[in-house]
Amino acid sequence: MTNPPATSAPGLKEWLLSDTPQSAAQARCQRLYLAWLSFAANPIAMLGLAIIVVLVVMAAAAPLLTGGDGTEQTLSNRLQPPSGAHWFGTDELGRDIYDRIVWGARITLYIVGLVGIIVVPVGLFVGTVAGYVGGWVDIILMRVTDIFLAFPRLILALAFVAVLGPGLENAVLAIALTTWSPFARIARAETLTIRNAEHILAAKVQGASTARIILHHVTPLCLSSVIVRLTLDMAGIILTAAGLGFLGLGAQPPLPEWGAMISTGRQYMLDQWWLATIPGIAILTVSMGFNLLGDGLRDVLDPRSGGSS
Amino acid sequence: MAPNAGGVKTSSDAAEQDALPVPPSPVLARVAAIAKHASSILLTFIGLTAITFIIGRVMPADPVLAIVGDRASQDVYDAVRLQLGLDKPLIQQYLIYLSNIAQGDFGTSIMTTRPVLDDIIRFFPATLELATIATIFGVLLGIPMGVLAAVNQGRLIDHIIRIIGLFGYSVPIFWLGLVALLVFYAGLGWLPGPGRIEVYYDGIVETRSGIILLDSALQGEWEIFRNALAHLVLPAAMLATFALAYIARMTRSFMLDQLNQEYILTARVKGLSEGAVIWKHAFRNVLVQLITIIGLTYASLLEGSVLTETIFAWPGIGQYITTSLFNADMNAVIGGTVVVGFCFVGINVLSDILYRIVDPRAHD
Repeated sequence: MTNPPATSAPGLKEWLLSDTPQSAAQARCQRLYLAWLSFAANPIAMLGLAIIVVLVVMAAAAPLLTGGDGTEQTLSNRLQPPSGAHWFGTDELGRDIYDRIVWGARITLYIVGLVGIIVVPVGLFVGTVAGYVGGWVDIILMRVTDIFLAFPRLILALAFVAVLGPGLENAVLAIALTTWSPFARIARAETLTIRNAEHILAAKVQGASTARIILHHVTPLCLSSVIVRLTLDMAGIILTAAGLGFLGLGAQPPLPEWGAMISTGRQYMLDQWWLATIPGIAILTVSMGFNLLGDGLRDVLDPRSGGSS
Repeated sequence: MAPNAGGVKTSSDAAEQDALPVPPSPVLARVAAIAKHASSILLTFIGLTAITFIIGRVMPADPVLAIVGDRASQDVYDAVRLQLGLDKPLIQQYLIYLSNIAQGDFGTSIMTTRPVLDDIIRFFPATLELATIATIFGVLLGIPMGVLAAVNQGRLIDHIIRIIGLFGYSVPIFWLGLVALLVFYAGLGWLPGPGRIEVYYDGIVETRSGIILLDSALQGEWEIFRNALAHLVLPAAMLATFALAYIARMTRSFMLDQLNQEYILTARVKGLSEGAVIWKHAFRNVLVQLITIIGLTYASLLEGSVLTETIFAWPGIGQYITTSLFNADMNAVIGGTVVVGFCFVGINVLSDILYRIVDPRAHD
């Protein structure tokens, strides 16, 4: 990330650690660098980051890493055990499981990315408006949030998918609908602590509109807690998506979604263990990665939580 | 946002007045607090029904078709259409829906042709049995793990417990269930396979509570009791992985809070043994906080059992909802969702009340 390249290390390092930053940009870089140093000192968090980086690289370079797009069938070559030619073996239609895992990384990232893109702005909007405006707006918005918070997530997602019909986009929508509420709660709590801060009052005195204050002065300060929460929630999102896929309600065949792969592999579990086992390990690894990363980020970005060590 | 621009100050004043009605007497204040609490619970329940109403009646293009399925005759279609009151305004339809739910009428399942409520009553005990045993697993293992981690903060054992906890958070439960079946049932043969009891025991024990462990024990059928218990071990253990992770993590964090308090220092200075300090002093305070956590876990396991039930062919409410879903049986799906949602909220409310009773500081 902000790790300085070795060639320019002496000058850059001094610049980053100088006690007297010359500009706001330098101060900002310094803060990031210090956060990075404390993050990098946490081996568990670094392991999480490494897993996520590998996942992203895998998804981005999928065409380079595999021979096809994970959907070509070679029926003469079905249910082959792991070997040099097929690292993770082949499935019931002769598709290479390694290829499908690599391409499945795209689907996993697509799901968590899309859910994040929907959930964070919605949560921030509801939470900051409720917290800043207060009054009846607050009461109504928080009541709605609480209702979604009170609802069991997987069941609600199931019911949504039941109506919307199975499919990747509908699964994303269903997960987003059941995931946004904690973000609204967090954003509201943050807003309440800063709504009477001096810089907010200063902006108000200068005649900034409510919308402008919320957007430019309140929202940025809520971001770090929301991002930590999102990272920690990623694992839950992945597991819910995989669960929906497993039930046949998420990505549809022939898409190489990991949960759906476990579902088809289930029939062959007793004799061809690799069909179901390997996608499960992939899910476990990625959601573990997000959990480790989230734990580390929380220690760095949110010192109030007291850290874990 | 726009309508409130400029009105910031007045609305925030209103919020403060709402939050602090000057209490005339402690008793009245208490009653007011309880009333406020009760009304917020009631609102949550109404909200739950509103969401399920929207899912079941507003979102489908043709709610009647969603309920009766496309093989129904015109007569059935018309009857259901009339029963739902689809010719009436939406708000009136919702009120009808609400009053039906209040009377326990969730409609008829097209899959089983029985009232949905009857089905739910039949399927629910299996889920209850599974979630209860899983919660007990989670509590019995998670609490000692959390205490151990807190007491050994930063040492190897703390890290190991942290990794176990993260595993519990990260593992796809349906996959773990499959692997466990592969290893312990197909591979080693130590435990029985899917289902609640062996087929040849079916129907011997008379169904009273629907909880096989209880029914068989009450009727002295210990062989069946053992068989049912063996069938429970794997699914309950799978379900318990999450419970264990959550309970261990929260216990650790509560415990650390307590261990840093001054009264612990006093106890140590007094010369109490470490065991007494940890279990008699710190842990007693932690236990009170854990009530809420255990309640939350129990509620989430009731709903989290959907995938576990699918893997282990466990005839519970989760399996009922998923099979109904695949048979396009909307009444059953929505009915099941409402009931699970109510249980979820209900358990949270109960644990909250229990917490208020046990912890004197929580009295308003």
